[in-house]
Amino acid sequence: METVSVNGNIIEWTEGMTVRDVLNVMKYTFKLLIVDVNGEHVKRDQYDTYKVPKNSEVNVIHLMSGG
Amino acid sequence: MSVKELQSRHKLLKKQSYEPKELYRGYTDRVLYINLDDNTVAEKPIPAMMKEKFVGGKGYGLKLLWDGTRPDTKWNDNDNEIIISPGPIAGITQYAGSGKSLVVSISPLTDIVIDSNVGGYFGPFLKFSGFDVLEIQGKAKNDIIIVIDGIRNTVSIEEAPGEEIDSHIIAEQLTEMYSESADPRDMKNVSVISAGNAAQNTLIGLLNFSWYDIKRKKCRLKQAGRGGIGTVFRDKKIKAVVVKVAGVSPDPNHVADMEPIKERGARFAKEMKELDPHQCRMKQEGTAHLVNVMNDYDLLPTHNFKFGSHKDADNLHSRVWNKKFTQGMNDGCWIGCTMNCCKGVDDFELKSGPYKGHKVIVDGPEYETAAGVGANLGIFDADAVIELNFYCDTYGIDTISFGTIVSFAMECYENGLINKTHTGGLDLHFGNIPSTLELIHQMARGEGFGKIAGLGVRKMKEYFAENYGADLKFMNDIGMENKGLEYSQYVSKESLAQQGGYAMTNKGPQHDEAWLIFMDMVNNRIPTFENKAEALHYFPMFRTWFGLMGLCKLPWNDVEPENNAKEAEPAKVPEHVDNYVTIYNAVTGSNIDKHELIRQSERVYNFQRTFNIRRGYGLRKHDNQPYRAAGPVTVEEYKSREEFYDKKMKEDIKVDPAGKPVEEKIAITRKYREDRYEQLLDAVYKRRGWTKNGVPTLEHMISLGMDLPEVVEVLKKHL
Repeated sequence: METVSVNGNIIEWTEGMTVRDVLNVMKYTFKLLIVDVNGEHVKRDQYDTYKVPKNSEVNVIHLMSGG
Repeated sequence: MSVKELQSRHKLLKKQSYEPKELYRGYTDRVLYINLDDNTVAEKPIPAMMKEKFVGGKGYGLKLLWDGTRPDTKWNDNDNEIIISPGPIAGITQYAGSGKSLVVSISPLTDIVIDSNVGGYFGPFLKFSGFDVLEIQGKAKNDIIIVIDGIRNTVSIEEAPGEEIDSHIIAEQLTEMYSESADPRDMKNVSVISAGNAAQNTLIGLLNFSWYDIKRKKCRLKQAGRGGIGTVFRDKKIKAVVVKVAGVSPDPNHVADMEPIKERGARFAKEMKELDPHQCRMKQEGTAHLVNVMNDYDLLPTHNFKFGSHKDADNLHSRVWNKKFTQGMNDGCWIGCTMNCCKGVDDFELKSGPYKGHKVIVDGPEYETAAGVGANLGIFDADAVIELNFYCDTYGIDTISFGTIVSFAMECYENGLINKTHTGGLDLHFGNIPSTLELIHQMARGEGFGKIAGLGVRKMKEYFAENYGADLKFMNDIGMENKGLEYSQYVSKESLAQQGGYAMTNKGPQHDEAWLIFMDMVNNRIPTFENKAEALHYFPMFRTWFGLMGLCKLPWNDVEPENNAKEAEPAKVPEHVDNYVTIYNAVTGSNIDKHELIRQSERVYNFQRTFNIRRGYGLRKHDNQPYRAAGPVTVEEYKSREEFYDKKMKEDIKVDPAGKPVEEKIAITRKYREDRYEQLLDAVYKRRGWTKNGVPTLEHMISLGMDLPEVVEVLKKHL
């Protein structure tokens, strides 16, 4: 199985996987996110198009929110 | 009865004039002191030392409460005080979230100092009337109101037998009574503090701070919710405190330099306009946007914090609140707030209680309320949540404590620790809406099981054990309180840092010192004890600062500047921190940097810890947490995430769970997690400059310049 690492968690990589796919697999629905793939920052408007290579290291930083 | 008739029944006990005083750089440097024992009304100057060390807001409140009470003063003693102080930045209208007040008192729930922050117009109007602080001591013989007339510069104490107690009515009555005219432009210059009928019959009473919503032509309410200050208020027989001003000028604080404030305010307003619709949607949904997010991350407290999500949670989804809230209205709880997150449900028809059939405006629900009186009670019905929200507010009780209390009672009921004999016939299974509503009405009437539930979780545990023979050990595990205060509404089991963020909090487990769950549990960015300790130093100190200033926390990090991702420490939202440093300097004429900001907070934070120690608390043992906050207590709870917990056991504890009964796996997990929490305490105490028993060291207090004689005297006994 090909994989990617997301915040230290290993998930299955699939052909054509985008940042949005990664967020969906991880159920990351929070809006205040900072995403980088192999050290490269991915902007919000690129989530649907940015392809995540296999064996990537993805960091999804959740900022804080709420009262 | 008309407002005129109500006013004709007032009996004037005291009326005193005072010299007007304009604000200078955010301060008037004086306290309005009122003693209801003998109707004293006096002005007290604020010495330079107090201003330097305590800054304002909560700092002022703590200093005055320390001086005004004895170490053994109880919440219902005459010398207990209610102190309201907004802080130097409060009242500016050019930057979002600048109208907060901090309220402090000795809490009936915790027997230590409680501090609670609240919006509404009262704090700024108090300043515009000529006072940085309102300090109330003593008890009236009969129900009274206090009126601060900032137009005529008088303070009066009046017996007021006729007005209603419940807040949604008395706020309207007194706003109309004391407004210069019926013109809405005058009505908005009045603000009222009130409590409610349940505040006087429970220990979880809150204070409502009003403002007049000129578009809706109704009073809106914000709450100083935590710790039972409304109960103290009613124990003093105060029905309301009214303040009125002539109006709000563009620069009532007479700041040192207005331009930087305007520039930062405009920058923030642009972020709200352009970014908020794609980020948290605070303008549309307020903090209720978090309900479904918390459910997705298994953090939404469900059935007394047993679980972190529920299949019916979509019924409380942010899109539901989006539809319920009236959109397109000005919903800021202070003038000029561009965040506008104080949402409201208009024309809500009540289905129960004394106001059944009335159509009312309900302020909120905010996230904490939706989670507390919704998911945590197994109630996934938005209208029921709105109704409970309304009654909590108008009856003057804290939605957070109410939710955690009732969820505890429901779990006790489902486990057979209490039954219908004890509840007066109430079926307290999770999800029972009629019983929950009946319980809140009982609290307002001071009757039945509502009277017992109104004591709060800590006293309920003792009561159930003593009177019903209930298992105290089990109740200590599932009763979500620390220091006597009920937990606010996040599941902390999988975030060790958040467990500290709750149970190490000075006043008890409220998340307003630190919310670290994402940083810890999801981002895995603070893996070591030292990392967690650093976060549990920085964030509580940073967030304390809002309470010194009269600022709301939400504009800090509920919208994120466009370039925040590129910052070295994005979680701190450095651009917004810089806004606050800039604004503080521009208001006061000071020249602090972001490091001195933290030191200002540290002085007050350590003073509050010392205050707790002075009262016989504030030590390591008082930072203990109920095990439910750290891990699964019951077999049902473990089994609900068995695969997850088994994996954790294998990876973190290095124990193979295969073949082990669930009870054994619970015990292994518990031992590991309890040990980790003790290690966390060690690390955080060290980082904060405290001993292993949680006592601030003299060296640390000297380094902060807080080695005041009275502080040293308390600490020396424990060093």
